[in-house]
Amino acid sequence: MAAQLLDNANYDPVDRRAPLVLGAETFHEVTELVAAPMEWKTPKAWYIAFAFSLSLLGLLGVSVGYLFWEGTGIWGLNSPVNWGWAIVNFVFWVGIGHAGTLISAILFLFRQKWRTSINRFAEAMTIFAVACALIFPTIHVGRVWVIWWALPFPNSMDMWVNFRSPLLWDVFAVSVYGSVSALFWYTGLIPDLATMRDRAKNKIAQIAYGVASLGWRGSNRHWQHYEKAYLILAAISTPLVLSVHTIVSFDFAVSQLPGWHTTIFPPYFVAGAIFSGFAMVLTLMIPARKIFGLEQLVTVRHFENMAKVILLTGMLVGYAYAMEFFIAWYSAVEFEQYAFINRAIGPYAWAYWTMIACNVLSPQVFWFKKLRTNLWVLFIVSIFVNIGMWFERFVITVTSLHRDFLPSSWDYYRPTIWDVSTFIGSFGLFFTLFCLFVRFMPVVAIAEVKTVMPQADPHYHPEPKGAGVEGGKH
Amino acid sequence: MAPSTKRNEHWGIVAEFATPADLYHACEKVRDAGYRDWDAYTPFPVHGLDKAMGLKPSKLPFIVLAMGLTGAGLAFWMQTWMSAVNYPLVISGKPYWAWQAFIPVTFELGVLFAAIGAVFGMLALNKLPMLFHPLFAVKRFERVTDDRFFIAIEAGDPTYDPETTRIFLEGAGATHVELVE
Repeated sequence: MAAQLLDNANYDPVDRRAPLVLGAETFHEVTELVAAPMEWKTPKAWYIAFAFSLSLLGLLGVSVGYLFWEGTGIWGLNSPVNWGWAIVNFVFWVGIGHAGTLISAILFLFRQKWRTSINRFAEAMTIFAVACALIFPTIHVGRVWVIWWALPFPNSMDMWVNFRSPLLWDVFAVSVYGSVSALFWYTGLIPDLATMRDRAKNKIAQIAYGVASLGWRGSNRHWQHYEKAYLILAAISTPLVLSVHTIVSFDFAVSQLPGWHTTIFPPYFVAGAIFSGFAMVLTLMIPARKIFGLEQLVTVRHFENMAKVILLTGMLVGYAYAMEFFIAWYSAVEFEQYAFINRAIGPYAWAYWTMIACNVLSPQVFWFKKLRTNLWVLFIVSIFVNIGMWFERFVITVTSLHRDFLPSSWDYYRPTIWDVSTFIGSFGLFFTLFCLFVRFMPVVAIAEVKTVMPQADPHYHPEPKGAGVEGGKH
Repeated sequence: MAPSTKRNEHWGIVAEFATPADLYHACEKVRDAGYRDWDAYTPFPVHGLDKAMGLKPSKLPFIVLAMGLTGAGLAFWMQTWMSAVNYPLVISGKPYWAWQAFIPVTFELGVLFAAIGAVFGMLALNKLPMLFHPLFAVKRFERVTDDRFFIAIEAGDPTYDPETTRIFLEGAGATHVELVE
């Protein structure tokens, strides 16, 4: 492969649009690029990664099992801090789950064609992150065997759920979000599963992909309804994705606690969710693209675009942090002011400044093109953002609670080993699902990527050889 | 021409094309020749092909709208009935029929129903799942999900005739034409 072919980041937009697929000249090459890794003999590295993920999943099982046996007393919760890591981890995972739908829905509506290489991957990440998120509110209730009381289900007590509580809105928001994301993901998968069916060599794969692809045969009468369905799903997922983290923020904002009771929470949470979600896409995609040889489809330009989104949303959350302080001062409410001063210089100042350093300062390196097109810089900053966004939720939850209205009950909150093991275990679930996904599903939307290649246009005329990047033979 | 006895012995005819451009122009020709029971098959949605085939717009948006409104309506009715009619309960001094507080769940269930309507409505309009289709018996047709473009005309079409349709499709730029059993 010629070196210049793998560079579409330094492209003068005046000449023509930068190509999104590098090196692959035919539709068949795209199919090969994506499908080939699924047809390899399972590599040893996959078994190692899968075994590691499964052992973390086992840790989750043990932690949750012990929690069910013993109760929430095994966690570090204390009297003013009744919401600890469970809610922090919940918001952390839900936030990560936002990038997938943002990429698949909002960027689709804005006709950002570069999304096609990364949307499948990000959507899978969304579903797995939502699965991880749902664990925490479920297990934190203490008596988990009555978790179904959170649903409006006819029961012997003749009672219904309280629809006037944001906690219940959250049950609906997150479960609807998980369901719609899964539907969206599956709809996008149908044509690619048909591709896998038609390539499959062994009987089991033929039957499995055959049933899963529902008999898709690429009919244009089908594509017509399919594209309409996809557009509608994008259009309704866009307000959905914005509503979900808005409602998550209501869990805090609708209460009357200084530090939580602010109107800036919904947009601030949504910006933070997109920020953390894109960071997680980078963290997973940079190694995955290398391992599966997807450099021609997921290019440096894709990463550069994601870095720009991270820079923007990072500054949005930075603005929100500043605005919280301004409003606390401007409100002239001394309790509100104390809550924020305590955040910055109180016992949890270390967490606050970790958050600021990771979320506000570290993305600033993306102002420089050299740095935002460097995969190592991207990977390291993405890790910082993941850490910073976890700390953001920790700061919001714990600093607002640990000094409540009655100074005699003030306390310092520390997690126990079980808090930590449950959180680490949730990564086990996330990575286990991911290992299965990359092994058995096309990680790039094959059919969609083909549509952004220049020759997919029925009015495309091939250029003379060597004239353009896509047209040249090598 | 008298209906050929062959007509009932096979499903139709399939023609292969190499590029989206060839397929696009062939579709325009098939449309203008007045065929009715035919379809184009592509590995990805080809822009503008609906027009080249003369298809009417999809009815799916109406299904989605109906489902979305049903979901939102049901959700609002459910919350009203449960909170204000069936078992009114004072919680934090909030009104029983706190309609503002019902909006989030109303919105979420509206979206859920609309999404279900979009996906299952699409499948129903496409008559999927349908795991068997005569075209799957054509070996070359496997590449329809990879890099080849096809037009299939069914034997039941009034304009169809095995010989003239074959010549017509070859003239429209097909690289390969064969009968489908």
